[in-house]
Amino acid sequence: MVEITIDGNVYEAEEGATILEVAREHRVDIPTLCYLREINEIGACRVCLVEVEGIDHLVAACNNEVTDGMVVYTDTPRVRRARVANLQLILSRHDRRCPTCFRNGTCQLQALTDRMGVHEVPYTTFFETKPIDARFPLVREPEKCVNCLRCVSTCQKVQALGVWDLVDSGSRAHVDAVAPDDCAFCGQCIANCPTGALHERDDTERVFDAIFDPDTITIAQVAPAVRSSWAELLDLGGKPPTPGRMVAAIRRLGFDYVFDTDFAADVTIMEEASELIEHLKEGAEGPMFTSCCPGWVRFAKTRYPELAKKLSTTKSPQQIFGALAKTYYAEILGVDPAKIFVVSYMPCVAKKMEAAYPGMDSTGTGPDVDAVLSVRELTRQLRQRFVNVDLLEEEDFDRPLGVATGAGHIFGVTGGVMEAALRTAYNFVTGENPDADAFHEIRSEGPERGWREKGFQLPDRTLRIAVASGLANADALCRAIERGEASYDFVEVMACPGGCVGGGGQPIIEGFNLSADRGCTLRIIDEQSELRFSHENPAVKACYDDFLGEPLSERAEELLHSDHGDWAMPFRVTADGTEA
Amino acid sequence: MLFENDSSYGALGEMCSNTSRRLGANARGTCPVDMTRALVGVAHAQSCGKCTPCRVGLGAMTDMLEQIIGGTADPGTIERLEDLAEQIRVSSDCAVGYQAAEQVLMSVKAFRDDFEYHAATGGCLRSSSQGVPCEVSCPAHVDIPGYIALTAAGRYDEAVELIRKDNPFPSACAYVCEHPCEETCRRTMVDDAVNIRGIKRYAVDHATGPRATDRGPATGKRIAIVGAGPSGLTCGYYLARMGHEVVAFEQREKAGGMLRYGIPNYRLPKNILDDEIASIEAAGVEIRCSTPVGPAGITLEELQRDFDVVYIAMGAHGDKKLRMPGEDAEGVVPAVRMLREIGLGNTPDYTGLEVCVVGGGNVAMDAARSAVRCGAKKVTVVYRRRVADMTALPEEIEGTIADGCEIADLMAPLEVLTDAEGRVRALKAQPQIIGPVKRGRPAPVTADREPHEFPCQVVIVAIGQDIQSDYFADEGLPTSWKQFDVDESLAVPEHPGIFSGGDCMRGPATVILAIADGKKAARSIDTYLGFHHTVSVDIKLPTPRLDDRVPCGRSVNGERPTEERVHDFELVEYGLSEQEIRQETLRCLNCDHFGCGILHEEGRMSW
Repeated sequence: MVEITIDGNVYEAEEGATILEVAREHRVDIPTLCYLREINEIGACRVCLVEVEGIDHLVAACNNEVTDGMVVYTDTPRVRRARVANLQLILSRHDRRCPTCFRNGTCQLQALTDRMGVHEVPYTTFFETKPIDARFPLVREPEKCVNCLRCVSTCQKVQALGVWDLVDSGSRAHVDAVAPDDCAFCGQCIANCPTGALHERDDTERVFDAIFDPDTITIAQVAPAVRSSWAELLDLGGKPPTPGRMVAAIRRLGFDYVFDTDFAADVTIMEEASELIEHLKEGAEGPMFTSCCPGWVRFAKTRYPELAKKLSTTKSPQQIFGALAKTYYAEILGVDPAKIFVVSYMPCVAKKMEAAYPGMDSTGTGPDVDAVLSVRELTRQLRQRFVNVDLLEEEDFDRPLGVATGAGHIFGVTGGVMEAALRTAYNFVTGENPDADAFHEIRSEGPERGWREKGFQLPDRTLRIAVASGLANADALCRAIERGEASYDFVEVMACPGGCVGGGGQPIIEGFNLSADRGCTLRIIDEQSELRFSHENPAVKACYDDFLGEPLSERAEELLHSDHGDWAMPFRVTADGTEA
Repeated sequence: MLFENDSSYGALGEMCSNTSRRLGANARGTCPVDMTRALVGVAHAQSCGKCTPCRVGLGAMTDMLEQIIGGTADPGTIERLEDLAEQIRVSSDCAVGYQAAEQVLMSVKAFRDDFEYHAATGGCLRSSSQGVPCEVSCPAHVDIPGYIALTAAGRYDEAVELIRKDNPFPSACAYVCEHPCEETCRRTMVDDAVNIRGIKRYAVDHATGPRATDRGPATGKRIAIVGAGPSGLTCGYYLARMGHEVVAFEQREKAGGMLRYGIPNYRLPKNILDDEIASIEAAGVEIRCSTPVGPAGITLEELQRDFDVVYIAMGAHGDKKLRMPGEDAEGVVPAVRMLREIGLGNTPDYTGLEVCVVGGGNVAMDAARSAVRCGAKKVTVVYRRRVADMTALPEEIEGTIADGCEIADLMAPLEVLTDAEGRVRALKAQPQIIGPVKRGRPAPVTADREPHEFPCQVVIVAIGQDIQSDYFADEGLPTSWKQFDVDESLAVPEHPGIFSGGDCMRGPATVILAIADGKKAARSIDTYLGFHHTVSVDIKLPTPRLDDRVPCGRSVNGERPTEERVHDFELVEYGLSEQEIRQETLRCLNCDHFGCGILHEEGRMSW
């Protein structure tokens, strides 16, 4: 322990802690911009400067460690002047047309400028305006970039990809995509961007057009993790943000039907568990990998093309839902699938691209999923439509595609797909249900390094499984598998840390990583669910009885499975499926 | 108005000399096009403004350069820039203009790709990932700020272990490294480069613990190393750490290569080298001395049969000929042979003799200073260019002069004169003047003076080294000018499992380059064998200091008094004192933490 004085108060601090960490621990606020805890501690923006007694130059609080006897001042005239000067310099190279920016209201630079009382920029404002390419799910507006390198570090360290880097030098140094072909479209760079320099392609208008078209039947599907976060940036007046209230809010947008992606997750499990059993029976070499996460699928195809051949062919819940909505449900409604417009609300950016992949048009009338919106877009839609979410009472999902089990709900959290699949696979093999919590050991409580592994005893064998979230962790896992240092039967990977609850399409709240809290919410919803096994979902059973037949039946194969060979990385499609 | 009494010039002069230091320590990775633009700007500021090409032309070049850099230039702007530079070059009245234009022409020529990329894309081939300057400049990329911080903290054993992560010869390099790291030391911008080698010397001299010998689990793979010099032993050391079985074949009685048989004891004491080699052996490298590879010993075919990989690092131990009359006379000795004999303990007796050393590199200095220690009455270094043009390190030249050697520069040897018995009696040399620059160096030109005779009984020839690669060439390995051909990974093309590095691949160079090749080869060989081992240490570095870096002189290593040292082969150089090391380590600016070094912290403890 060391003793440090901050603004006249003496604190005990851990050796190795940074000035910023110690200050924040004691509620001494120091502004930061480029700082991203444990990921980007590089002292680049220079707004976290503090004065250290005995030293002439100011010191970045974010990446300098406390020493015994250190005396720090966080609010002196010198500190204030220097911080303001640096902020003004950053602003002089930033497109400050805030009212029309997607991050208006959630922008860290804007908040900082307000907090620091900066109302003028005395330096010549200059930024380069280039036409913005908004064709793909990930959009970059370079004139809003403050070169904080948070995207660079996130992509490199958390996702092991390195799409972004600081290029050029001197006055021309700037962040740019250096490996755009490798992009998994996970959106983690967006989630960690302090400004509007990175954002998802906005598809809200297309959705409104469909909603307001009287000839179009609009169907919403809501992904598991959306229910854990949908109201984070909304004011519910103290009411709990339950799934029921979320259904009511989305219904207010004008959808004809509000369904649950978790229904499709249960279907996914029926197929994937059957596929796993086949995989085990065949004694195929190497593990079967989950394929629900399109970020992971892209990553696997880029970095581990050999392992990518072992991806489950079962489509993701989003795509299974789209396929069933336009076939099974169109039949129930007795309408032409061309009249149905499926919108999915996803905590994700990559799903926007997944919906436009080849093979995702089951009816020949257009994509199974017509538009994919992130949770941020949902928030914007509710605001734009002036929905008073605080006045809403709870409502149920529509039936039958709104019926789901706890197994479907946990798809949004790391380990959830695995757990759901094991619950059903166990039943398929033994004819009995395991304890619903029998596989709890693969759950994770929060951010992690590496992967989790476990052996589960099935009647005839031990099933070796592994779970990873975050692509850097997935990278380590795949490397170990490829080198023969590790061996499993079934592997679940989610590209975003913590799973979809930490997804790149989730609300952005500076300074907070809410993925563990959101994961907890999903776990609680599972625990409180009456049904916790996908195969017990009555709507799923009906769907198989009336329409699909058996899991892996011809029809199921046709609608619910995809050929990963349809496309190879690098592969990018626009919203309308045009390859570019 | 005249300016000779302008008192304000003092500050400007200081600014200019600070700038020149700053430029001298220019880090790798900066954009040559942007630097050209900046330098033209400096030239423009220096212009008096009298003449058109300089007053207007330099500004026009700046405009064009800015357009090229930003990618907004019209097609053909680079050619127009070259044309304008040529017009400024030929039409300027004074050097302020024409020298600036020449710089531009040189830059466009040297960095054509950069100019074209900028013009086409507005982007840069270089990037800001300049890294830590000293670490980038060190061929083996040793973690210099790391070991300086550890040395400052008195953690000498860990400092040595951190060096050994990248270089298994911390002691040898502490004594004789040419320290390219210091050339780009950012401290130069403040005052002067940190004495990095001096700090390393302090760390190795004060380290006490036995050096770690941890090895990975055995892989069952066997690697043969040809030549137990710095490159071969480095490669072997890392491969052994990774768990491979390594056998180094050394033709001479002892290992060390040029560290033992080229560098005199007074620069690198043999006991220190012996300890260093022992620690490499302890890490698992088997060294078989007096075991040549070639027709007279183990054949390449046998090595390929018995080992999975062969790394050829045989060095450059042959001598180059003067190609002049009298060369074969008794008393003419190649420097490499003379130094080798001394390394073997066969010190020649030059008592009362006059010695001429031909050459201007470090080997020439080693030979001259060794000749003094062999008792020579007079030692003269005969060199055809100027002292300033010598390739030897300045401190080696100074040491040679201090040891009492004379330097006869601008003297081109013509002939070795012999007496009736065919023994050397003098070296005849043609005086030179320094002339026009050729290939970047001023070339000597024959002076209008009569040849001079240096009376001597011994002529030591130090004009280069030869690679004795004929055997391997006969075995079918590709060579160019006797140097082994290799690809990017140091693999010999078309010969799977054969790698080469060090002097025998790149031609005679420095110890640290040989070490760097060995390290790189170890990585390539491990990959070739299908592994992905990492070499790592587990050291928690001290917290970077925050205190202000006020200008402070550079401490330099002292030397034993001349009158004492010239009589023996004992170590000449003193280490820094404790007082000096305290101050010198504090001069390090911690570029690993401050500046863009912090972007490269990931993976710092392993490769």
